[in-house]
Amino acid sequence: MDRRDYPQLIIMILPAAIVFTAFFLVPMARLVIVGGSGEEHWAAYASIITKPRHLESMVATLALSIGVTVAALTVATVSGLFLVRNRFPGREILLSMLTFPLAFPGVVIGFLVIMLAGRQGLIGEVSKLLSGDKIVFAYSMAGLFTGYLYFSIPRVILTIMAAAEKLDPALEEAARSLGASPWRVVRDVILPALKPGLIASGAICFATSMGAFGTAFTLATNIDVLPMTIYTEFTLGVNLAGAASLSIILGLVTWAALFIARSLSGATVSASG
Amino acid sequence: MKHRNLFWLQLAFTLLVCAFLIVPVVLSVLAGVTENFFIGLRSGLTLRWIGEVWSLYAETIYLSLLIAVACLAVTLVIGVPAAYVLARKEGRIARVIEEIIVLPVAVPGLAIALALIIVYGGFRDFRTSWAFILVGHVLYTLPFMVRSVLAVLSIINFRELEEGAASLGATFWQRFFTVVLPNAKPGILAGSLMVLTLSVGEFNLTWMLHTPMTKTLPVGLADSYASMRLEIASAYTLVFFIMIVPLLVAMQWLSRDRRARTVAQEQPLPTSRTFSQ
Repeated sequence: MDRRDYPQLIIMILPAAIVFTAFFLVPMARLVIVGGSGEEHWAAYASIITKPRHLESMVATLALSIGVTVAALTVATVSGLFLVRNRFPGREILLSMLTFPLAFPGVVIGFLVIMLAGRQGLIGEVSKLLSGDKIVFAYSMAGLFTGYLYFSIPRVILTIMAAAEKLDPALEEAARSLGASPWRVVRDVILPALKPGLIASGAICFATSMGAFGTAFTLATNIDVLPMTIYTEFTLGVNLAGAASLSIILGLVTWAALFIARSLSGATVSASG
Repeated sequence: MKHRNLFWLQLAFTLLVCAFLIVPVVLSVLAGVTENFFIGLRSGLTLRWIGEVWSLYAETIYLSLLIAVACLAVTLVIGVPAAYVLARKEGRIARVIEEIIVLPVAVPGLAIALALIIVYGGFRDFRTSWAFILVGHVLYTLPFMVRSVLAVLSIINFRELEEGAASLGATFWQRFFTVVLPNAKPGILAGSLMVLTLSVGEFNLTWMLHTPMTKTLPVGLADSYASMRLEIASAYTLVFFIMIVPLLVAMQWLSRDRRARTVAQEQPLPTSRTFSQ
């Protein structure tokens, strides 16, 4: 039956192949070429290091993404382990709340940060009542961090919970009975077992943060994250080559993060499965 | 005793995280139905802002729905057959194709949009129509449809079922429509919900691809956040929540249902793991 089906199989994959080639592969290839066709030619690809403004933007975006990833993993590990290990009334509701914002677009999350920490935000009102000082941080690095953390927690927590469900409680018991302190149990037993999940979800979190545009767009901070730099190069700077080369570099970084994580965690996941 | 303390400490922490995620949503919903948010709930509840959103932005809502449905149609027609072919082909080429198909999720939307504009921006009629946005949405959502169907096909033994049908004289197309498709239904359903949700909320690509005549809901949202009073922006956000929440509930319900049935399935479906922001 196998060989006889070849013509039909080709017919079936052809539409997807055509759409994909015409609207993704060819345009992306053009983007690479356009990136090297400006005044600086191929040196445009080095501008991420040579142009102070681009370098600054890259460093800020990297720092923000790494910081958010670490914070999201920490928060999700504490809450995820708790929800996996304990059964109590209302647990399902907490779980739904933690994963619900998963599909909110970046723009909406930017707006939610404004509701929380903007000029008319909750934190500002409460802090004014308490101390007389109005705390407003939505439009700063802290605001970006808050927004990115907001969209990272839901996407990290599911993976960590899936990994935690496979932990063997007997190992912890054994470690404890041998006299290990709680901290050592966490460090030597729990974290190593969660590692594949942490790597996989951390990479997703990092890549999403690097490429996030909507949140930064809504908050309109004066800190230029890389996607905002690309956007301004394209619209205000009319620097098509610069925008193209920067987006290729950004695409390579996010793709590489996901790819490395997949090969790192993939091997261990299947080994432990 | 120490154990109990740890329980309450962790519970408090988790509740705090929940509050961080939910309180802003509640605030925004309240602001959308409050007469004057600055004064507070005392000023009274109203549907006035929703009405105003409707008169200002109704078209963005229609366009988003239109694009989402069109996007679903396209991803079904081209994505489901592609997933079937990939499920049948083992080996390196199939894995490479799989890897390539997922690329639009790994590459930021901004880059894809820029690439599309560079190559097709010159075709004015295409550039200014909503089909231009549709192309972006199809690229971005196709991986989710393919992976979702592929995940289901890889756990059921559809080859055996097909061979049974073939031995009874079923042709290729008969087998595909009466054996493969019905068995792939859970994957198609999950993928469809995913495609609709992603398309309705897509901003990164759409912001670059839209024109003044082709504004979608998230584009309108960004517009209202920048230029409208807080109550209107909130009411508009509320409209968006009303559109997206049923999809999310259906998705959670579906994945829970599936988890219950296939208890120890190694790889969770790609549903909801990689949303770009």
